[in-house]
Amino acid sequence: MSDMFPLTVTGAETRRRGKILVGPVDLTLAGQGSCVVIGPNGAGKTSLLRLLHGAARLSTGEITWACDVEQAHHDQSFVFQRPVMLRRSVEDNLMYPLRIRKVPKAEARDLAHHWAEKVGLRDMLKRHAPVLSGGEQQKLALARALITQPKLVFLDEPCAALDGRATREIEEILNAVRATGTRLIMTTHNMGQARRLADEVVFMRQGRVHEHASAETFFDAPASEQAQAFLNGDIVE
Amino acid sequence: MTDLWDGISRAIWMVLSLDANLLEITLRSLQVTLTALVVASAIALPLAAFLSVRRFRLRRSVIALLNALMGLPPVVVGLVVYILLSRSGPLGVLGLLFTPTAMVIAQVIIIVPLIASIAHQSLRDLWAEYHDLLISMNVSQWQKITTLLWDARRALLTAALAGFGRAIGEVGAIMIVGGNIDNATRVLTTAIALETGKGDFALALGLGFVLIALAVLVNLAIHWLGRTEREGRW
Ligand SMILES: Nc1ncnc2c1ncn2[C@@H]1O[C@H](COP(=O)(O)OP(=O)(O)O)[C@@H](O)[C@H]1O
Ligand SMILES: [Mg+2]
Repeated sequence: MSDMFPLTVTGAETRRRGKILVGPVDLTLAGQGSCVVIGPNGAGKTSLLRLLHGAARLSTGEITWACDVEQAHHDQSFVFQRPVMLRRSVEDNLMYPLRIRKVPKAEARDLAHHWAEKVGLRDMLKRHAPVLSGGEQQKLALARALITQPKLVFLDEPCAALDGRATREIEEILNAVRATGTRLIMTTHNMGQARRLADEVVFMRQGRVHEHASAETFFDAPASEQAQAFLNGDIVE
Repeated sequence: MTDLWDGISRAIWMVLSLDANLLEITLRSLQVTLTALVVASAIALPLAAFLSVRRFRLRRSVIALLNALMGLPPVVVGLVVYILLSRSGPLGVLGLLFTPTAMVIAQVIIIVPLIASIAHQSLRDLWAEYHDLLISMNVSQWQKITTLLWDARRALLTAALAGFGRAIGEVGAIMIVGGNIDNATRVLTTAIALETGKGDFALALGLGFVLIALAVLVNLAIHWLGRTEREGRW
């Protein structure tokens, strides 16, 4: 289904005023399941996601998709750590990406209702999105990212500010999405969540990909000392 | 003292009885200023949106220029428009001097910088909020601008109202380019100036009450807009 993959990253770097935020990164991602990016704070997880998504400028190196870049960008979406709420109703937030793509209004509205139902926001369609609770905003951001049926969704700490219940609801949605063949690339600092959702793990440290392995391999027998220490909950720089 | 009280009571009576003269002047004021407001908004709002989303070389200079123009004394604007429109001026052939159109032109020049500056501040803040999301959705330049204008509509209306308040209360420029001609270019502010000079406090005060009422209405509207903004009611 995903003709975007494999995604190949070679020697990719993002710099800001001479300082390297991420990289150099070499990474190949095949087209299945969910990839969870973990690592200590400031390791460059957010920067890596933004770089792959094309939201951060590539200073050196290359990022190549199996299809052309425009098509790849068209087929992916990004859920930010702090959800961006358009100053509109929940319904209009959901319809927005569809209307941008010239989907007719009636069809867009039907889809918005369908997705509101899926994420449990059915009763809030007419509410002003910026006044929703943190969990509701995150669910809305997720539904809005999924409504265009992307083949790839980036999620940056989608549950960082949420309580247990909201986290479980989000995870259920993510599992359902993954089951339909959508590729997920997400960061989390919740190890339980990483274990529950990951098919493969990218462990980052100091702006670089330190380890890239299947979830099984990584959680059972991480290759590096630092990854082991990180999994043990020790402080890793 | 009795003169003053007499003037006030006659002024109130004029307002309440919808005195024909007072009504005519008020309507002309509204017509000129609302026309200027529509024209100025059509220029200032897209300009503000463009300045918010586009990074071009002269952007900072344009913003600085707008801020500087905001402080331009209206009388000077009047003078410049007068020179341009006067019989021997470059636009003299149009014959616009001492017409309501000349007054509209002067008011537009006075309020475009004000509306654009206020609008730019809100649009810039909104763009900072929306930037990542809209870039991520591959939104086109045109869609960015329409999204910002729509989602900032209350703030933009507030900016327009501030422009209206400035234009309706302005006297120097429109006195110069309009000439305060009875039945043609006499508006609230110029009429007040004239009647006060003549010593007819009743009409001057009556017109003053109307002007104050308009100013209060504008402020109430701005206040109300601020409330609906927080609640997102429309
Ligand atoms: N816009 C920016 N300007 C300068 N430094 C930044 C910027 N964004 C991130 N950084 C720095 O880049 C590094 C990686 O940040 P980030 O990708 O957010 O890490 P993580 O998401 O793993 O916590 C950090 O040292 C951070 O301070
Ligand atoms: Mg981060």
